[in-house]
Amino acid sequence: METRNIVIVGVGGQGSLLACNLMGRALLLEGYDAKVSEVHGMSQRGGSVVTYVRYGDKVYSPVIDTGRAELLVSFELLEAARWFELLRPGGTIVTNTGRIDPIPVIMGAAEYPDNLQGKFRQKGAIVDAIDAFTIAAEAGSQKCVNMVMMGRLSKYFPFADETWQKALEETVPARLVDMNKKAFMLGYNAKKGVI
Amino acid sequence: MKSLLLGNAAIARGAWEAGVCLASSYPGTPSTEITANIAKYDEIYTEWASNEKVAMEVAFGASLAGRRSFTGMKHVGLNVAADALFTISYTGVNAGLVCAVADEPGMHSSQNEQDSRHYARAAKVPMLEPADSQECLNFTKYGYALSEEYDTPVLIRTSTRIAHSQSIVTMSERMNPPFFQYEKNPQKYVMMPAYARERHPIVEQRILDLIKLAEDTFLNRVEMGDTKIGIITSGTCYQYVKEVFGGKASVLKLGMVYPLPSKLITSFAAKVDRLVVVEELEPFIEEHCKKLGLKVSGKDIFPICGELSQNIIADKLGVSYNDGMKIGEEIPGRPPVMCAGCSHRGLFYVLGKIKAVVLGDIGCYTLGAAPPLSAMDTTICMGSSISSLHGYVRAGGKNAVCVIGDSTFAHMGINGLINIGYNRSDCTVIIADNSTTGMTGHQENPTTGVNIKGEPCGKMDIEAVCRASGIGRVRVVDTYDLEETERVIREEMSIPEPSVIIARRPCVLLKTTKAQPPVCVDADKCIGCKMCMKIGCPAISKKESKVIINGAVCSGCGVCAQLCKFGAIGRDISQT
Repeated sequence: METRNIVIVGVGGQGSLLACNLMGRALLLEGYDAKVSEVHGMSQRGGSVVTYVRYGDKVYSPVIDTGRAELLVSFELLEAARWFELLRPGGTIVTNTGRIDPIPVIMGAAEYPDNLQGKFRQKGAIVDAIDAFTIAAEAGSQKCVNMVMMGRLSKYFPFADETWQKALEETVPARLVDMNKKAFMLGYNAKKGVI
Repeated sequence: MKSLLLGNAAIARGAWEAGVCLASSYPGTPSTEITANIAKYDEIYTEWASNEKVAMEVAFGASLAGRRSFTGMKHVGLNVAADALFTISYTGVNAGLVCAVADEPGMHSSQNEQDSRHYARAAKVPMLEPADSQECLNFTKYGYALSEEYDTPVLIRTSTRIAHSQSIVTMSERMNPPFFQYEKNPQKYVMMPAYARERHPIVEQRILDLIKLAEDTFLNRVEMGDTKIGIITSGTCYQYVKEVFGGKASVLKLGMVYPLPSKLITSFAAKVDRLVVVEELEPFIEEHCKKLGLKVSGKDIFPICGELSQNIIADKLGVSYNDGMKIGEEIPGRPPVMCAGCSHRGLFYVLGKIKAVVLGDIGCYTLGAAPPLSAMDTTICMGSSISSLHGYVRAGGKNAVCVIGDSTFAHMGINGLINIGYNRSDCTVIIADNSTTGMTGHQENPTTGVNIKGEPCGKMDIEAVCRASGIGRVRVVDTYDLEETERVIREEMSIPEPSVIIARRPCVLLKTTKAQPPVCVDADKCIGCKMCMKIGCPAISKKESKVIINGAVCSGCGVCAQLCKFGAIGRDISQT
């Protein structure tokens, strides 16, 4: 099979490391060759973070370049726009409709762009948007946004439910498994947002 | 057994499988997780050392005692450890000693883009460069055999993309740790001139022997494909090249980047029409090729600065690639920021308010340089803030202070403070003590009283160290109290003698830090003056003409409330 390319983006502190580990674990369970990149250090401090997931028969590079990703998963709406150029023509954006204003917007030095979903569609992208903040709160904590989004992302993989369940149990601390499973399921089943 | 491992975790696994008994390191992105992972193996004594030079010397001591040892650091950490490395190159080892060094092309979390391969050449020690996690494990393991066979410390070089990507690794069991009885041998280990002169020719011969090894080691391999283009590469660049060309180019993949083979390269060059070196940062391999008289492309087409990528390689070598779609409008930047409730925020607000010249250092608090706080004037390297402040003040510089974190103070800052205590300048040194090594992900350090395994251990008393260094005035402030912080800083800056202010408040992200209920804005009292927004807190934003505070982000530090002249910010009663 051809190597599949998935980009996961978000804001430092939204739990992209855990999401990456979950993804990697699931791919290993399914028996693929896989490479999963991570982000550590300074950019974790509320900065924009991008992580790459690649899998297939044989994967070389751990990095995904522009125009190559079939799926762009964004834990925050603006970040989907920032990393949009990684998406291949006709690719799918799975995004949180929720906003986290970056400091330049907070300070009034820049505007948060409006109608981003419309702009993604105009460029030919398929958009699957859900209100992950609200869903995460419903699951028990705003911090579950990563699992809500991963649950949503799981729709795009032909993996057995058990794969995800097992991967989740192996990556999430035991005391948080139930809440994260709930977030994952709510994300999977959520209605598309219309914001 | 197969597992998906981070490059750094694979290096840790390699060290464990090789029977390593001791690891000593200082954290630094992107190397930190190597040692954090080694610490999970009960068989290996693991520690965070106070700095990289100490770590390297600890590892040497363990080697001398006959046990395989490990040290890991980021590229700039090797600058600190270089003094030890250059002479351990002369003495050689007893048991194997491997040092992993993580370079950072692209400077995701670093202050420069130096190329560690120069250190291998300068110190005359072999350097291996893995290209994925499996090689991280294998090369580390092999590094110990190499170290012992050639009587040399061995460097393993990674870069961010190797260190911080997970790929599939086949793991083995731990070998029985070898033991080499220490035998007194001053001619080998006492590097005074007479003995060192005897050792230098041994080092030169060792390099010649290693060059022979480089010609036919399994670490270097040729993958013949189309012969129109032949690419010499290593590390993550190898993966990019394979991604772009697949079998449509011939590749010489170097796993040993110092010393470099000559015959292998020359014979590879002879088989291809065009020779290209694809390497990040310096033209290290390229210059070697040129020295061999080969016609080669390298930095004439590829940039020295920043990371390479598949697209750059495709572009420069005439392969088509997809540029991606642009969204067609300005996307506001999202720079890293101090967290809501960060103990450094109040400090930098005050320093900005009093318009102090602030010599800064390396850590989370470096973010004090960014707007809107904009209260840092320099950042150079670990510990430089204190020593440079002394020079600044001695040369007549006015209204200056320095800011350094607790871990950075213990790392190298302490040396600068001893110099101030000794040479007596009217310096005001601020130690921003947040009780952790924050930026690299909350590692323990000598001031925290806990070791890498989470056990209680020795605790450096910062106040006592300052006094013992000859600083008479040592004061402690809580940076959540702006008035007090400002008063103490002003007082100490006005007094003509050396002083230290310890700005002490544990990092808000530490598990041991108790969260306080968030504060909120009384919309009736808020006039929208935005005074509270001058501290750049990610919890505070403006909605229409008023300010709002995001209760899910706010940690309740209350610094913003102290700035509000209208008493509009207070504890959110509903959440208490």
